[in-house]
Formats: sequence, structure tokens, C-alpha cells
Amino acid sequence: MESKVKATEEQLVYANLLSIGMKIGMLMLIVSFLVYVSGILTPHVPVDDLPKLWSMSVHDYLEKTNVHSGWGWFTMLNKGDFLNFFGIAFLSAVTMVCFIRIIPILFRKNDRVYGVIAIIEVVVLVLAASGILKGGGH
Amino acid sequence: MLKLSPNIRVLGLIVYIKNQYISAYFKKGGNVEVRDIFMRRMVVFFVLTLVCLSVFSGDVFASSEEAKEVVATQPASTTPWWVWPVSLFVLTFVLGVVAVLGGVGGGVLFVPIVSGFFPFHLDFVRGAGLLVALAGALAAGPDLLRKGMANLRLVLPVGLIASACAIVGAMMGLALPTNVVQTSLGITILAIVVIIIKAKKSEFPEVKQADYLSTALRINGIYYEPATGKEINWQIHRTLHGFILFIIIGVMAGMFGLGAGWANVPVLNLLMGAPLKVSVASSKFLLSITDTSAAWIYVNNGAVLPMMVVPSMIGIMLGSVVGVRILAKTKPAAIRYIVIFLLLFSGLRSLLKGLEIWK
Repeated sequence: MESKVKATEEQLVYANLLSIGMKIGMLMLIVSFLVYVSGILTPHVPVDDLPKLWSMSVHDYLEKTNVHSGWGWFTMLNKGDFLNFFGIAFLSAVTMVCFIRIIPILFRKNDRVYGVIAIIEVVVLVLAASGILKGGGH
Repeated sequence: MLKLSPNIRVLGLIVYIKNQYISAYFKKGGNVEVRDIFMRRMVVFFVLTLVCLSVFSGDVFASSEEAKEVVATQPASTTPWWVWPVSLFVLTFVLGVVAVLGGVGGGVLFVPIVSGFFPFHLDFVRGAGLLVALAGALAAGPDLLRKGMANLRLVLPVGLIASACAIVGAMMGLALPTNVVQTSLGITILAIVVIIIKAKKSEFPEVKQADYLSTALRINGIYYEPATGKEINWQIHRTLHGFILFIIIGVMAGMFGLGAGWANVPVLNLLMGAPLKVSVASSKFLLSITDTSAAWIYVNNGAVLPMMVVPSMIGIMLGSVVGVRILAKTKPAAIRYIVIFLLLFSGLRSLLKGLEIWK
């Protein structure tokens, strides 16, 4: 017996966008990593120094390597290691874009409660991505 | 002639053995005998890997307090840098296979094993763990949504709660002392072992009547069950209790970078009464929301090392693909014991490392 079950419109739209975003993000990640390890772009932190640094806490690591937290990486995309952050940030932003895309569909279907939930979710993700929230150091 | 250190030769031998058995498994069409050999060798492979990593990474294990001193006074390790991303890739590939067969997320295996047996600081391991779990969820999400197995109406409210709380958890995890987080991680992993051993699963939980909240939110659905060829109507109850538990799940996911499939599924299935397949699929998709918010906190706090993250994400995704292929042919019962053994061993290691008994 063939299934007649159909996912809702917003679910399908979400799924299609997620699929595209995931594929683009993974491709970006693989390409940027190849650029990094091949040395085409000089990394900010030399790869030979990494074993001395990656056992440090993030606070010590940032201090030692003179890397700024938050969106500081965006100004360093010309460095091999920071180029990878573009793909990582892209993958981390895909969910946000999917939610933004389904908000109008939910309101068009008069599904106000879920429309509002989707808006709040976007606000939460934007807040997380903004860099305003800091974890402190230890 | 190229001279390799004994450590690298051991690692190379392990990789070679693993590849031999994986290729043997597929060449012979995945029959039962080869499967059993494959599974036995997988256990041996894991034990060998963990022992070797413990031995040859010993010289670079250092607490965060000591790390600066180490950098200033002596070379960190004689092991070349590239051994670690290669080891991570191999390990996460195998974890990807085991995770799919064992029905757990990659993050719950990744964080305790990598934090226990690799030289990376726990801050970076948790950041990578979240991104590893996120990669798996993003890869699986589209198909699960299209087939109607994952349900957006079920996931949206719990996703909002869990993702908001995951931010709090991530901030707490980065603020607390490392040994406190490491000890808590060990305790959590051991508790997860108990949950895995004890928790029963219910294919189709009986929900006599949907509660007020789930009725108001219209959380219900129909999914197609290929095993019976029937369409299954489902609804949920105890929605408020479930929502409250997702506060704790979100905090723990963010704090330890574990993903949270181990907790999502029992809550959705046993407490709220969603069918098992809907719970598993929705849980997997839910990770893409929960882990996104926590991952941003780790990214923005600098706790992401591309040299760790990228090989791990690619390794676990490729491993998951192979795991799904094996799962389509058979599901070895032994895999559950491998998962329990791995969690038990790495959980104990994490606990003892946090308590500074086994540094």
C-alpha cells in the first residue's frame, strides 16, 4: 500500500530549504578546510603550533593567539583557519533561515500561535548568534 | 626513508585493520558470519584505539592551568599535529556507524570519548560535539520531515524551549571551572548508561485522550508505517510535563555539547506518548534547533577549532551513511553493548579526569 500521508506545506518548505542549506554548508566546509590544510591561505595560528594551544581553555587560547571572540572572525576570513568559520556559521544559520521562510506560510494559514512561536525562535537564534551573550571565562 | 614514530605506526595499523573489515563486510554482501567478525573487530578496534590514544597522548594531557606553562617551557608533544585530525576523522567515522546502529546521536559518544582520550580542552570538545550533532541532524532532517516521520508541530514548541535553555547551558558550561564540567559530564554519561539499560520503549504508546494543551496547539498527526502498511494516527498527552523536562534537556545539551537524543526520545515517547518512530525522527530533527543556538554561543566565544570540527563533522556524516547501509541489511544486537561499553568507559574516564584521579 502506498502512503497517502503528506507532510504539511510549511514542513515541506522547511525540509527543502534545510536540504539545500545543508548541502551548500557542507561543501563550503570541505572546500575551506582543504584551503586551510593545503596552506593556500596562511592561517592566523600556524598548524604546527596547534598542539601547544588546543589543550588550553578557550580563555587562555584566545589570549595567547590574540583572537577576538564574537564576530571578530569575520574580519579574518583571509586567513586559512578563519575561512572555515564561514561554513560553520552558514550551517549554524540554516535553521534560522528555515524558520523565517515558514513564518508567512503559518500566518497565511491562520496558524497564529505557531507563527508567533516561529518568530520567537528566530529572535532566540538571532540573540544566540549576535555575540551579545558571553559565557565568561575560567 | 620516511621514519615514523611507533605511535603513528600503531595508529596506521589500527586504521588498516578497520578498513580491511569494513571492506570485507561489503564485499561479501554483508552476510551474518562476516557481520559477526566485523562487530567483534569493531570492539577490538575501539579498545585498541582508546588504549593507544591514552598512551601516546599522555604527554600532551595538561589541565588548563598548566597549559600556559607547558607552552612556555617545553614542546607540547612529539606527535605531529596532523595525527590528531586524522585520528578524529577515523574515530568519528566509526562513531557515525555505531551511533546509527545503536540508535544514539553522535554527540553523546563524541564528547566523553574525545574529552577523555584526546589532548583537546573540554571547551573545544563541547563546541565540536554540538557541531557534530548539528551536522547529523541537518543531514537527516530534510528526509525525516518530507516523509512525515518528524513532525514540525511537535518539534516547534519543544524546540523553542530547548534552544533557549541550551543558550543558558552553553554559557554556564563556558563559565564553570573545567573540572566541575568534566566531573558533571562523567556523572551525566553514567546516568545516560542507566537510562539506556533501564528505559523501555513503546512502539505505539496508548494515549486515550489528548490533553488540553496539545489539543489547543493541534499537536497530532498521521504517519505511514511501512512494516504494517497502515497509516497510524497519533496524539500526545502530558504536554506540560514534557515541556518542563525540555528545559533541563536544553540546559544539559548546551552545557555538555552532547546533543540530546538520549533524553528527547524517552520524553517524547514514554512521557508524552508519541509513537517511537515519530519520537526518534522528531528528536533527530529537534537537535538541529537545540544545537544551533548552543553552537552559536560556542562559536562566538571562540570555542571552535576548525582543525577539530571539520574532520569530525565530515567523519561522522560519512560514518552515518555507512551505518544506514549496514542498518538496511541487519541490526546487530551486539551494537547496544558496544554503545553501553563505550559510554561506561568514557563516562568513568571523564569522571576520574574531572576528579583528577586519572589525569
